[in-house]
Amino acid sequence: MTIRHASYFAIMAVLLVLVGWLQSWSVAMGLVNMCLISAIMALGVNIQWGYAGLFSVGTMGFVALGGLGVVLTSMPPVRDAWSAGGVGVLAGLAVGVLAIIAAVQVYRRMQKGWLRAAVLLVVIVGGFFAFRAVMDPAVDAIEGTNTAVAGYLGGAGMPVILSWLVGGLLAAGAAWVIGKVSLGLRSDYLAIATLGIAETIIAVIKNEDWLSRGVRNVNGLPRPLVVPYEVNLQSNPEFIAWAQYFGFDAVEASSLFVKLCYALLFVVVLAIIMWLSERAWNSPWGRMMRAIRDNETAARAMGKNVTKRHLQVFILGSAVCGIAGAMLTTLDGLFTPGTYQPLRFTFLIWVMVIVGGSGNNWGAVLGGFLIWFLWVEVEPIGLWLIQTLTDTMPDDSAIRAHLLESAAHMRLMTMGIILLLVLRFAPRGLIPEK
Amino acid sequence: MEILNALVLLANFVLIPAISYGSQLALGALGITLIYGILRFSHFAHGDVMAFGTMLVILVTWALQSAGVSIDPLPTALLALPIGIIGTAILLLGTDRVVYRFYRKVRAAPIVVVMASLGVMFVVNGLVRFVIGPNDQNFADGARFLFTVREFRNYTGLDEGLGIRYSQMITVAITALVVAALFWFLNRTRTGKSMRAYSDNEDLALLSGINPERVVTVTWLVVAVLVTVAGTLYGLDKSFKPFTYFQLLLPMFAAAILGGLGNPLGALAGAFVIALSEVGVTYAFRKFFQYLLPESLEPNSLMQLLSTDYKFAVSFVLLVLVLLFRPTGLFKGQSV
Repeated sequence: MTIRHASYFAIMAVLLVLVGWLQSWSVAMGLVNMCLISAIMALGVNIQWGYAGLFSVGTMGFVALGGLGVVLTSMPPVRDAWSAGGVGVLAGLAVGVLAIIAAVQVYRRMQKGWLRAAVLLVVIVGGFFAFRAVMDPAVDAIEGTNTAVAGYLGGAGMPVILSWLVGGLLAAGAAWVIGKVSLGLRSDYLAIATLGIAETIIAVIKNEDWLSRGVRNVNGLPRPLVVPYEVNLQSNPEFIAWAQYFGFDAVEASSLFVKLCYALLFVVVLAIIMWLSERAWNSPWGRMMRAIRDNETAARAMGKNVTKRHLQVFILGSAVCGIAGAMLTTLDGLFTPGTYQPLRFTFLIWVMVIVGGSGNNWGAVLGGFLIWFLWVEVEPIGLWLIQTLTDTMPDDSAIRAHLLESAAHMRLMTMGIILLLVLRFAPRGLIPEK
Repeated sequence: MEILNALVLLANFVLIPAISYGSQLALGALGITLIYGILRFSHFAHGDVMAFGTMLVILVTWALQSAGVSIDPLPTALLALPIGIIGTAILLLGTDRVVYRFYRKVRAAPIVVVMASLGVMFVVNGLVRFVIGPNDQNFADGARFLFTVREFRNYTGLDEGLGIRYSQMITVAITALVVAALFWFLNRTRTGKSMRAYSDNEDLALLSGINPERVVTVTWLVVAVLVTVAGTLYGLDKSFKPFTYFQLLLPMFAAAILGGLGNPLGALAGAFVIALSEVGVTYAFRKFFQYLLPESLEPNSLMQLLSTDYKFAVSFVLLVLVLLFRPTGLFKGQSV
């Protein structure tokens, strides 16, 4: 890293300190947390795009799966729901998997022709109805038990920190299935396919209430053990004395302290992922990936298994996105499937990678920080700008009211303009690939 | 009689909605396929440009409505359509000039142009939300029904009714008109032929003296017409919401790929396949089978294959199946 690149990070730090100074330290700390998570997501996308040149726009789906991982790991199991329909759901899922395996076997083993098509159709349609027949009553039973507070199977009741791994594994598993199906397609076909996958994953999470409570959300996710609760801090005389020593009141100090704890955890995760990514980038494996990215045909001629390597790197990148998604849900303390939107969770991450510098891990981290910072701060800046510009208009002016109301949408435009400018004038990003 | 009832039921809840939805998708998918064939990239901003065109139409419609202009029973939006098309054409040509032309000149990889279209997507999306806001807008006026379910029942004496809304009829009629004009243009006129030549073999077309910039300009103009009409029809039929239009990207792309990217006829067929499967898979067939089956066999479940929220999954699954088994689409498309 040159001095110039280090200075970008220094500028970023100054910007964050400025926010703390001008707005509030709590806001600045919240920003830092989200910046760290965004940086990890950007690293995940960079692994797919920067290392291997895979254009996947399904990030949102993997992030959401990471969030689901938190629910499945950390919430206490709902015993009534398990006894009402747990076995049925498991049996139903088993039927579904068996039907798919049977269909694949039929397709592979039988001779091509109308007979195979007919058998395949029978297996798939029959399998689907058998799946629904086993699954539906169990799902109804689960969703019927104590709907107001539960109505789902709950999780495993394990420490929430484990869920970050589980989230990554869930995303990796989904990526394996998806990669098997859609890798090896042309570059922009992969994009459309992954766009569809993300929507499908969200649809499943929103709909399968027995699994994730769907749009009724899961509240009150536990915190990692090292992160205290604000209420406990505020009633702790030692903490209050400590806060007063630094000149904060107890409420503000407690929220700041909690965010600081999260930030430390996130920094550890980011550091580990960063270290692994850099190691991978500089290893023979990383060189092979770049060779495949830059000239697939030549790499294939050298005996590299391109499809397999693509699958590998797709899974790795998705797993990193899943980890980031799990961290995000842990930070929020609630899982809200309705809030996953492709603009925010897929395309914004892409802007981070492109602006930061694709093919450079430090670039991806910088992009994650910078773009998230702008995404949040453009709104107040835009509002201030419009207020200043329309200051001469009368207070009851309809145009002024509309403009002020619409200022929030300025950030979409800003992101687009930044992306277009970077693509045009600095296509290698702020910190280019070495 | 039972069979007739079942068929009317199916027509009312599956066929007619699917045909009008399919027509709207078809116009969008045709635009995607044309851009892919001639400019050779996947236009990710398509859904948002559609929202932009529709927004212009809505604004002009509101102006006309407050001026008291009306062509009852047809919706006023049809009068506003030409202005919307002109505005969208200006937007598309403007983005081409500012964004895409540069990448054409340096012969950038298609994936870079796709990224640029992501940038355009953000900007246009922000623009639409900035002007009209992110909420639902209703701009349909004029008569609602050609004939209602009750009128149909009284007239035919069947138990089940069939209603046709004006928006559905207009959708089908206008789509037929636009598609016919498009195919006439592509197959019969000199400009259309040069577009197809350019799409088939760029170098050969250049050698025969076809001006690429002119072909590109004409393509954007055609796309402006297609996209604005599609968006307006969708908005009249359902309602206008920027985010919904953005989400239409997936079924539109699925339709274009299903039929073979770069193949207009394929896009048309693909759109109807997607629409019919989306509506069919999420429709509860219980009543339909109650008419057809003897009482002892009547189903007691809803007979709904998937809940309505899975409609995006439908286009995705169809897309994957086609890509797995026929990567160039049902009709032969380009595979660059």
